Amino acid sequence: MSTTLLRSARLASSLSSLSRTFLHQGTTVKHLHTSLKTHYAASNSPPPAEGFLPGVANSQLIKHTHHDALRNPELAGVANGETKKMNTFQAINDAMSIALATDDTACVFGEDVGFGGVFRCTMGLAEMFGRDRVFNTPLSEQGIAGFGIGMAAMGSTAIAEIQFADYIFPAFDQIVNEAAKYRYRSGGEFNVGGLCIRTPCGAVGHGGHYHSQSPEAYFAHTPGIKVVVPRSPIQAKGLLLASIRDRNPTIFMEPKILYRAAVEMVPVGDYELPLGKAEILTQGKDLTIVGWGAQLYILENAIQLAKTKMPGLSVELIDLRSILPWDVETVCNSVNKTGRLLIAHEAPKTQGFAAEIASTVMERCFLRLEAPIQRLCSYDTPFPLVFEKFHVPDMVRCAEGIERAMKF
Amino acid sequence: MLSTQKISLAKVAAKAFITPLTVRTFASSAVRNVSINLHKNSFESYNCDAPALDVEISKEELVRMYKSMVTMRRMEMASDGLYKAKLIRGFCHLCTGQEAVAVGMETALTAEDKIITAYRCHGFTYMRGGSITSILAELLGRKAGISGGKGGSMHMFTPNFFGGNGIVGAQVPLGAGIAFAQKYQGHKAATFSLYGDGASNQGQVFEAYNMAKLWELPAVFVCENNRYGMGTAASRSSANTSYFKRGDYIPGLKVNGMDVLAVHQAVAYAKEWTVSGKGPLLLEMETYRYGGHSMSDPGTTYRTREEIQHMRSNNDPITGLKQRLLEFNIITEDEMKAIDKAARVEVDQAVEEAKASGEPDLSEFWTQIYQKDAGVPSVRGREPEEMHYY
Repeated sequence: MSTTLLRSARLASSLSSLSRTFLHQGTTVKHLHTSLKTHYAASNSPPPAEGFLPGVANSQLIKHTHHDALRNPELAGVANGETKKMNTFQAINDAMSIALATDDTACVFGEDVGFGGVFRCTMGLAEMFGRDRVFNTPLSEQGIAGFGIGMAAMGSTAIAEIQFADYIFPAFDQIVNEAAKYRYRSGGEFNVGGLCIRTPCGAVGHGGHYHSQSPEAYFAHTPGIKVVVPRSPIQAKGLLLASIRDRNPTIFMEPKILYRAAVEMVPVGDYELPLGKAEILTQGKDLTIVGWGAQLYILENAIQLAKTKMPGLSVELIDLRSILPWDVETVCNSVNKTGRLLIAHEAPKTQGFAAEIASTVMERCFLRLEAPIQRLCSYDTPFPLVFEKFHVPDMVRCAEGIERAMKF
Repeated sequence: MLSTQKISLAKVAAKAFITPLTVRTFASSAVRNVSINLHKNSFESYNCDAPALDVEISKEELVRMYKSMVTMRRMEMASDGLYKAKLIRGFCHLCTGQEAVAVGMETALTAEDKIITAYRCHGFTYMRGGSITSILAELLGRKAGISGGKGGSMHMFTPNFFGGNGIVGAQVPLGAGIAFAQKYQGHKAATFSLYGDGASNQGQVFEAYNMAKLWELPAVFVCENNRYGMGTAASRSSANTSYFKRGDYIPGLKVNGMDVLAVHQAVAYAKEWTVSGKGPLLLEMETYRYGGHSMSDPGTTYRTREEIQHMRSNNDPITGLKQRLLEFNIITEDEMKAIDKAARVEVDQAVEEAKASGEPDLSEFWTQIYQKDAGVPSVRGREPEEMHYY
């Protein structure tokens, strides 16, 4: 497939008339590319650090209205409350605001969080809660993690920010060897449950090697911590509050491309969403698809694309939400219903988290499976700069995977 | 002071820390040299002597320095324009204002010395042999790029320049390792590991200091202190802002990094120090960037425009050298203008060449993950059937 076609396919991930035009025969691809380009023609300012993900605005997974949002049974506690239009970074900001307001021992710290953070997640917090509770750290990830662990070991709630998930590796030792094992090796004398490390992750279109990685697989291999990835503002707020309040060290990975792209009516009240529980986004009987974070929007479009080839296709789309511990029951129940499974993620294929899901499902649902489990992941290469669109499993690849699963 | 007589090399070297380059020029008696007195505040030392304030340097060298700085600034300005035109994507960290560090270092070193730095690396790449076309093409992500278009702004390399590194502070222990290899392999050369004021608080920097001192490595650690780590002022990130003293057991030297001759003098001194077996040395270059941290940063939210303007007017490295060139009658104003014009033409041409270069072949996506023919027959792709076989 030529470069232009693939690039247009990626750009046409929104279900607007543009992508429908693409799906019809005979439309020149060049026309499509140009119209999308003018659609995003901006002034002389550089592209936003969070990138563009146009498909999200039209997504069915986003709760655009007050009633839509509150129809969720998990939000029963705030069902009578107000909602407010927020994007993901505002929802995260709101969650931290509530956490700081309800927990006197809570502090937020990290590089540049004082002025609001490079993605504005901490806007206004220093002004509201004081610079002794919301403060900048020097450029030391290992120090930030270790410092947070120490604070949490004393019973405080430490909300640490690692500016990009790609920078979390100096802190890897602290997280894996200190935070994860504290409760175990001290026989319960100490724990660092109050620690929550927040970090932006995922591809943005121009991030290159060190601003695009999704390291959830490295951390999923560590008993003792929790790993959570939200897909939208409502989810982000509830899951972040749950992660902060959960008495286990948690890594909260925020897909940075969703910071501005995803806008929902988010309940303003204090609510948590359950950790360790996946959410079934659409019910279906033919195929189970599991994803998390921004990939869900790619999958949604892939399903739409696949349905044009296979009308009547009924897909059960599951948002895993928590990578560790992951909701084995929900996924396996679903696969037992449909008999086919597809998993997609942005991280490279070998030893990506899809491998863990696939193995477990194979163990539990072997006789029920009708087709090999499909894993749509990135190429096993370092995250490239110019080749990003070839590297990640985009809408077209995922649609092909769906076809393969159905036609086995 | 002009001197054309032949002086013994030993006497010359015994004078204030003259570089091998200048010694060579001395020996060829046809070259005319200048003696320039640096300002008394150019250096501040910690547990070592400061270099001498009088610099012996050839006129040709001075003109070369001027040309390099002017070309470098043009190149960075061209990159700025290309980024705003959205031809460069991703991240772009420009060194406008910091030219004196890269140029002063290069003139004091040889090709055998190694340099490694962080992401503000375009200037160093140029000085270490990268052509302007290859640098701009790399920024544009094209085939003609110095890393084949695969690295981008932060990942540029030449045979004696180890990049170009994205993770802050990670390049410093690497520098210590390169210095170790030099010592082990018996090279009479040094490794210069650069990092910024923000990076100076990374733990791995101190690990590198310790190893370098323990094993007396020919490592020079250079802190390019441009006062701001992204948007954080040095005083708000560092408990001790005397970065040249942070080496504790490693002697240090603070240098006026906006004066290319001071940089030159200090780097020559540092090289002589380490290569003569005295172990590592720390340099702090007091410098300043006019632009923001990167192209996404206007650079004005954490510092005043007055400060930037003040530095531009009073401390600009190019203007400073220009004044010296005129003062010592090295070249005329017209010749200077000709150099400026030639630099602009050179950079403009390089921009066109870089733009004309095509994008890297898709085949490059799978190369250089491992060593070629390393027994890795394939790379798995996005779906089960998508395999790339070598």
